[in-house]
Amino acid sequence: MQLAVWTYEGPPHVGAMRVATAMEKLHYVLHAPQGDTYADLLFTMIERRSKRPPVTYTTFEARDLGKDTAQIFQDAAREAVARFNPQAIIVGASCTAELIQDDPAGLSQAMNLPCPVIPLELPSYQRKENWGAAETFYQIVRNLADKSVMREPREGRSARANILGPTALGFRHRDDLVEIHKILGTLGVEVNLVAPLGATPQDIARIGAADFNIVLYPEIADEVSRWLEKTFDQPAVRTVPIGAGATRSFIADVAELAGADPTPALGDTSLRLPWWSRSVDSTYLTSKRVFIFGDATHAVAAARIAREELGFEVCGLGCYSREFAREVRAEAARCGIEALITDDHLAVEDAIAAVAPELVLGTQMERHIAKRLGIPCAVISAPVHVQDFPARHSPQMGFEGANVIFDTWVHPLVMGLEEHLLTMFRDDFEFADEHGASHLAAHSPRKIADAVVFEAPLVDIPLPALAEAGASGWTDEAERELKKIPFFVRGKARRNTEAFAAAEGRSAIDLETLYDAKAHYAR
Amino acid sequence: MSPLAILDGCTAERAPVNPSAFEAARPVLRERGQREVFCGLTGIIWLHRKMQDAFFLVVGSRTCAHLLQSAAGVMIFAEPRFATAIMEERDLAGMVDAQDELDRVVTRLLERRPDIRTLFLVGSCPSEVIKLDLAKAAQRLGAVHMPRVRILNYSGSGIETTFTQGEDACLAALVPVMPASAPDAARELLIVGSLPDIVEDQFLRLFAQLGITKVGVLPARNARDLPSIGAHTRYLLAQPFLAETAIALESRGATRIEALFPFGVEGTSDWLRAAAREFGIDEALVEKVIAPGRERARFALSKLRPQLAGKRISFLPDSQLEVPLARFLQDELGMELVEVGTPYLHRAHLSLELDRFGANVRVSEGQHLERQLDRVRADRPDIIVCGLGLANPLEGEGLTTKWAIELVFSPIHGFDQAADLAELFARPLRRRDMLKV
Repeated sequence: MQLAVWTYEGPPHVGAMRVATAMEKLHYVLHAPQGDTYADLLFTMIERRSKRPPVTYTTFEARDLGKDTAQIFQDAAREAVARFNPQAIIVGASCTAELIQDDPAGLSQAMNLPCPVIPLELPSYQRKENWGAAETFYQIVRNLADKSVMREPREGRSARANILGPTALGFRHRDDLVEIHKILGTLGVEVNLVAPLGATPQDIARIGAADFNIVLYPEIADEVSRWLEKTFDQPAVRTVPIGAGATRSFIADVAELAGADPTPALGDTSLRLPWWSRSVDSTYLTSKRVFIFGDATHAVAAARIAREELGFEVCGLGCYSREFAREVRAEAARCGIEALITDDHLAVEDAIAAVAPELVLGTQMERHIAKRLGIPCAVISAPVHVQDFPARHSPQMGFEGANVIFDTWVHPLVMGLEEHLLTMFRDDFEFADEHGASHLAAHSPRKIADAVVFEAPLVDIPLPALAEAGASGWTDEAERELKKIPFFVRGKARRNTEAFAAAEGRSAIDLETLYDAKAHYAR
Repeated sequence: MSPLAILDGCTAERAPVNPSAFEAARPVLRERGQREVFCGLTGIIWLHRKMQDAFFLVVGSRTCAHLLQSAAGVMIFAEPRFATAIMEERDLAGMVDAQDELDRVVTRLLERRPDIRTLFLVGSCPSEVIKLDLAKAAQRLGAVHMPRVRILNYSGSGIETTFTQGEDACLAALVPVMPASAPDAARELLIVGSLPDIVEDQFLRLFAQLGITKVGVLPARNARDLPSIGAHTRYLLAQPFLAETAIALESRGATRIEALFPFGVEGTSDWLRAAAREFGIDEALVEKVIAPGRERARFALSKLRPQLAGKRISFLPDSQLEVPLARFLQDELGMELVEVGTPYLHRAHLSLELDRFGANVRVSEGQHLERQLDRVRADRPDIIVCGLGLANPLEGEGLTTKWAIELVFSPIHGFDQAADLAELFARPLRRRDMLKV
């Protein structure tokens, strides 16, 4: 047993959901108990999708466990196919259904459903979300790829590529795709297929028609690309274009496979990171000590950008996915450090505390660790919360991605500098403590020690002034009650109540007044 | 005595509701199929805030841990008092091994967190299916760690519990360890169901003003500081989802005070009056004590009524709060109830509430999600109360929703929260009218 408060990855069936939700006209019949539908809200809330994920859950209960869970599964599968009319379905079990051993594969194959059925074996007690996504994508491609569809001879046509890897709930997958399309357009490369995101099962059938594959996210698409290499003899571009240098290598790799001239794509004038980084304003970034943690792909890319494009010193590097630990270890060796491969957030917290970096680049979890330690931080990898599925265009890949990364990483540092100045000058009247700090204030509440420092001068204030402040009219009981109101609305409640008491001509603010005012201001 | 032998008007005041008679009067649509609901583990999210000395250790899978972190949002980082012991392949190999592993995890946890005084081992679907005996584990570990830590057990699994039923199972596990009250004790009042502290304090003040001095609450803010219980205990349910807890309380001699649930002016008045009646409080005093709060709530609600009156509302099953909330919205704000869905309908505890429903209200128990959504699309209510997995997709179809979980996390009981409760339903409608994009 592993003791965990927080996990970097969900169970493997959530990975399968990410693939199913990314695709069109595919349905997932998931043998699962009541409650596993919680995963729907990752898609409807965090990614803000306006459609339900295409998943039917069997939701069996304790009383079904004796005999009829298999029947429940078959009924659910039949109803789902009739209602949603998918081009194909994937079937599998969540962790609990895995234990009751109903065999969704056998059950659904015995049903003669009018569409292809792709069974998934996702061992919930060994594997995790990314593995589940990769395995699901691989099974879908293996089952649906039409082996008779091979690429035609190259003469007289543009090169064609498959873009593999983007899924639902992927960190910036939507916008990365825009950048990749832009690069391929400049190179004159046609896109044969993007998958899983936006692909239908019928689209997948045509996967063999491409000349080569682009593996955008190895965690999801590496396995598929190796199978395609074997089956269709399609080479793959494995350079992940995150960062200015990596994007240049990516363009060169694609141009080579496509037989295209890379010059126009390399000359894209929208790339501003190199100049921004060379401008004197960035000098203070030199050798800033940075700690990097995330999925392997993003962590490795971030380490290269940090070293070569921003002039940071990488003092910590790690990832939570064991499957890709080798790449991270190699990159850590180039930084002269040892890689941290763990899915235990407490180990990450200890490592961060031990090296005391000046900037943390990580997931949502590292953001919170950094907040607690008072260190500036930027997010570079899933898992992420709702604010990292932004409305605006914010890729990580390509030249625009490099621009986004420069802004995103430097922003907390500049803010950190502002905060430092605020602290230095906090005794100046313009920098009163009440003004608070910048971005960290909301997250790292001011230490008690600070508060004491600032309350000290109050002793010198003449007594009458203090008495007056106390005579605002609040009874002790009402004051205590006010403290039970959440801090973020307490100030408003206090102002409203006082305004109400003044308007009503009440001298004392007691519980009655507090609640009378609350009723008065109710909309 | 046969029913015929009872004279008119002499029927026992608290006669149990006969389910078949009820069914005849109001058909309930019962459905089975896909359910879009949380499991009982989710109760931990608010229970651990309420019981400040307790820790909740889920014995489950990665899915359980993922559910808790998804439901807890950012709260998970504030040194939470819950965690998951994630079962792995080797735990499934043999039972003895799993018990040893559990001992190891619990010992490590208690070393790390010396502030824990009550530890709940919370069962999940995987632990229930492999029949990991957590009750025995709790007993064994309890013997080792008492008196410093009391170790209890309940199940929050999805195969057995829906959302708020997790609280029911947790409180039912506390009842056997409540101290017995003295046989000659005076009548005591027990408020059952976790309430936000501010609401609990309001109620305690009101009971004090009524002259009811011995009032216990379950759960207590400190899980080691439980109120006593016995034949002199009269308990008042603050929440409608406490079926198991009620049975456990009655097995220890306590008697339920039947009342509406304390939502809105009428619900809160009835709830307080029922307790006062039970304790023989003078009616004039009751009137005097509840009048200020009641008038305030009436005044506050009067401003929201024009926004909500005549609006049609449907509830999808979630928390079992649906029936009393629907009664409040219908009776006090003039909303029209289209469908009131609930995961589980406790006919006896809700009989007073259901009696208030108009004849055309469709009551449904359980869920077949796709069919229920078909009904929602056909009904096109003005507002739909549903979970977060459905809210945005329904908004995407042009319907207006109110996400249900907020109703469990926000202070909504009592006079002074009545308008806040109404505002939760008025806000999405007002927003829909405000937006020009």
